[in-house]
Amino acid sequence: MNYHWNWHIFFEPNPGGSGTYLDMLLSGLWLTIETALFAWVIALVLGSIVGVIRTLPSKAAAWFGFAYVEFFRNMPLLVQLFLWFFVLPELLPRAWGLWLKQLPHASFYTAGVGVGLFMSARVAEQLRAGIGALPRGQKQAATALGLTTAQVYRYVLLPMAYRIVLPPLTSEFLSTIKNTAVAITIGLVELTGEARAMQEFSFQVFEAFTAATVMYLLLNLVVVTLMRLLERRVAIPGYISGK
Amino acid sequence: MFSNFDFDVIRRSLAYLFYEGMTFTLTLTALSALGGLAFGTLIALMRLSGLRLLGRIAGLYVDFMRSLPLVLVIFWFYFLVPYLGQWLTGSSRPIHVGAFASSLITFIMFEAAYFSEIMRAGIQSISKGQPAAAQALGLTYGQTMRYVVLPQAFRNMLPVLLTQTIVLFQDTSLVYVLSITDFLGAASKVAQRDGRLVEMYLFAALVYFTISCFASFGVRRLQARIAVIR
Repeated sequence: MNYHWNWHIFFEPNPGGSGTYLDMLLSGLWLTIETALFAWVIALVLGSIVGVIRTLPSKAAAWFGFAYVEFFRNMPLLVQLFLWFFVLPELLPRAWGLWLKQLPHASFYTAGVGVGLFMSARVAEQLRAGIGALPRGQKQAATALGLTTAQVYRYVLLPMAYRIVLPPLTSEFLSTIKNTAVAITIGLVELTGEARAMQEFSFQVFEAFTAATVMYLLLNLVVVTLMRLLERRVAIPGYISGK
Repeated sequence: MFSNFDFDVIRRSLAYLFYEGMTFTLTLTALSALGGLAFGTLIALMRLSGLRLLGRIAGLYVDFMRSLPLVLVIFWFYFLVPYLGQWLTGSSRPIHVGAFASSLITFIMFEAAYFSEIMRAGIQSISKGQPAAAQALGLTYGQTMRYVVLPQAFRNMLPVLLTQTIVLFQDTSLVYVLSITDFLGAASKVAQRDGRLVEMYLFAALVYFTISCFASFGVRRLQARIAVIR
């Protein structure tokens, strides 16, 4: 290979004037984390609501939950981001559309909301499976005790269901982090975007992508470690995950 | 809200969208799924081979691929493949690799990690007695896998494999970052040429949605039909 390696490139000043190339990548990493957390909050809140809705006895509620999940699962994330970013402002009343277009950091908010909605359908499916995995008797016993439906979910079903789905939720969170990279297409310069920019400015393709790769791997490692700790903390003695 | 819509732009570009774009998308999906399955099965066999080193290498590969965003992997291979080709062919400069070949290699390598996990689950779902019985009959390792284990593993995992292929179908839209004319790329090119982003992106969304919906409906039907009653 006649590729000219230059690992010192990270400590050379970047053309943006904001420090070295390494600073550039680190700011990208930070934006990836921010976007992923923002998206994850949306995914967790909406996913929980829809996941619960899908397990309710009401036919209409179940149908709404089904339609919601199918809507967000059957379109590529990239297309969804385009819909929110390019199409939505045109379909809204003029004044609202203009406000949306002029919003500062529009690509950040679009990415957060877009990835969040996309992932919420997956979170909903996981939570539904978790609730479905509980023995029927739990709901029946809770109802027999005189708890309202809301109380049954709040005090009996959800505390157990969340514990069951904690491991799959970890992988959904990792997917959220990875999916923020798609937002490069609507102009969000997160970690992958910064690596791409560094490659274009410095022509050191492989150094830039290696650094981004290492950062993603470390981020994954941190998340997995933290989630393992959380799993151990909330584990209930007597269950497989408990002591 | 739809008053200043120009639906004609869709009709005018239909041929381009489907002959150029959708053909690329579907060919890439089909070939990546087949390649990913073949390569993924190999990785799964490596992981379950019982040979420490081989298993470790396969495991590392899967974990590595699964912790990276697909967009980054697409960029990696786009720049790496010409150098790999140079190294393999021994030519004096990085070889030229077309858009299709580059994205095909990317998707096969990336999807293999995901398909291998599915195949591993499928192989592990076969009871231990079967390979033991096959060995007792005098079948070699290759024959055991080829005639006893893999056909059943494949059948058990078929719905999951097909669902993963639908995900792959949606993921191929990401070749957009290399300005390749897949279905979304074609829609986007028309959209930007004619200034009709709203119509084109809504239409693209509708097409992806319809195909994925029908496909997942078909998978659900298939799952109900081929389920083995135990």
